[in-house]
Amino acid sequence: MAKHVVGKAEDVGPGMRKVFEVRGRPIVVFNVGGDYFALLNRCPHQSAELSMGLISGIATADEPGHVQCSRRGEFIRCPWHGWEFDIRTGQSWCDPGRISVKQYPVSIAAGAELVEGPYKAETFPVSVEDSYLVVDL
Amino acid sequence: MLHNPTSVIDCDIHPAVPGNDALIPYMDEYWQDQFISRAIGEMDLASYPPSVPLSCRPDWRQDGEKPGVSLDRCREQALDKFNCEIAICNPLYGGQVAASGLMGAEVCTATNKWLAREWLDAEPRLRGSIVVGSQLPDRAAEEIHRCASDKRFVQVLLLAGNEMLLGRSHYWPIYEAAQKHGLPVGIHAGTMYRYPTSGGMGWPSTYLQDYASGTHIFAAQLQSLIMEGVFAKFPGLTFVMIEAGISWVPSFIWKSKKDWHGTRGEVPWVKRSPAVEIRDRVRFTIQPFDTSKDPVHVEKLIEHLGSEDMLLFSSDYPHWQFDGDDPMPPGFPARLRHKIAQENPLRTYPRLMETV
Repeated sequence: MAKHVVGKAEDVGPGMRKVFEVRGRPIVVFNVGGDYFALLNRCPHQSAELSMGLISGIATADEPGHVQCSRRGEFIRCPWHGWEFDIRTGQSWCDPGRISVKQYPVSIAAGAELVEGPYKAETFPVSVEDSYLVVDL
Repeated sequence: MLHNPTSVIDCDIHPAVPGNDALIPYMDEYWQDQFISRAIGEMDLASYPPSVPLSCRPDWRQDGEKPGVSLDRCREQALDKFNCEIAICNPLYGGQVAASGLMGAEVCTATNKWLAREWLDAEPRLRGSIVVGSQLPDRAAEEIHRCASDKRFVQVLLLAGNEMLLGRSHYWPIYEAAQKHGLPVGIHAGTMYRYPTSGGMGWPSTYLQDYASGTHIFAAQLQSLIMEGVFAKFPGLTFVMIEAGISWVPSFIWKSKKDWHGTRGEVPWVKRSPAVEIRDRVRFTIQPFDTSKDPVHVEKLIEHLGSEDMLLFSSDYPHWQFDGDDPMPPGFPARLRHKIAQENPLRTYPRLMETV
């Protein structure tokens, strides 16, 4: 595992998602209310780009017809077949133990500490004033 | 366990109501008068005309006699021949299809009283299904409550084809009553013929098409029961698909699970995969066995079903589904025979344990 500075934190605002390529792999970073999560941008079913899907909450019901919606903005639905994945964990809602999207640690680092190392931005300049997304991969 | 380790529990035999004359003594005064004054004759199901070959195996047929009316012949041809320690009676008669829900309910009640008196009282190996009409679910629930005190009634019986899909909340009083008494709900082949058996594309031209289309009806009902939330609403309920065939079930399980992955949000009360629900809570009788009897293929079918708990021994007597003396299809592995013939039925029908 190595740490990769992929972009500015402000480029992925709350409720947004953005795709980065890290070591040749497509990684989608989500901002859920200020928390960042990184998933492989590939549905485990048939490899659709998850980043193209709808971000939503989750519908649950203890009884037929009595539906609650909760955790708004914490799920991504695959654009091809609608499978729901928990952005926070990568787990599918239907079969969390067996079907999940690969998740990567992502953190925020201040430009000032990045300039001093040990990490290096590979494709763009880092300024001391900004914050950056760092993906472990 | 049963007394005899080699005996079987036959989960589907068909005593036949001889005709309305046999039921009139079990009706209330108003309906006795209605049936007599209106000269309402036979009410056999169009799904099983007594004269068609399917309705009776040729070597069991008696000239001039409706198949299934004789208890003596049932003992000799089925109970003794198949080594039944228990057999569950599923009378198929017109109460379940009557256009008048009130008349249908009375015919069903009379059928249950007739079965208890004429068959269950006379033969200790027999158990009964509570026949109810789906036309008036509240009346059906009342009938379930009435019969449930007689422990020889071990399930509630519906026909496969009704006025609506069986998952609709209209029918929930039936399921509530069944669950309350710990009775599985059996769904037997046959229809009210309110809709084409083809699945709604139009009426078929021949009996062959009609009977073969039964599979579509069962698949639609199973889908409806799960997706409308019956399994979620009544967690204690088991369904038995009787005379439904088996070969279609693995692909149905596979597809319903796959589709649920993508469209679960429509039915969030379906919390478990349909595959898990079906394996846990749906059972199938083995006759007619609608696929290859090659042991390799049978083993594959069981593997694809994903469970060895789902199949129940049945002969479908006197319907013509097999020849010879053994209703167990020849391809079944030895390890499953006892399970299908005894263990699975005893688990499916809790009341059998109470009365063995």
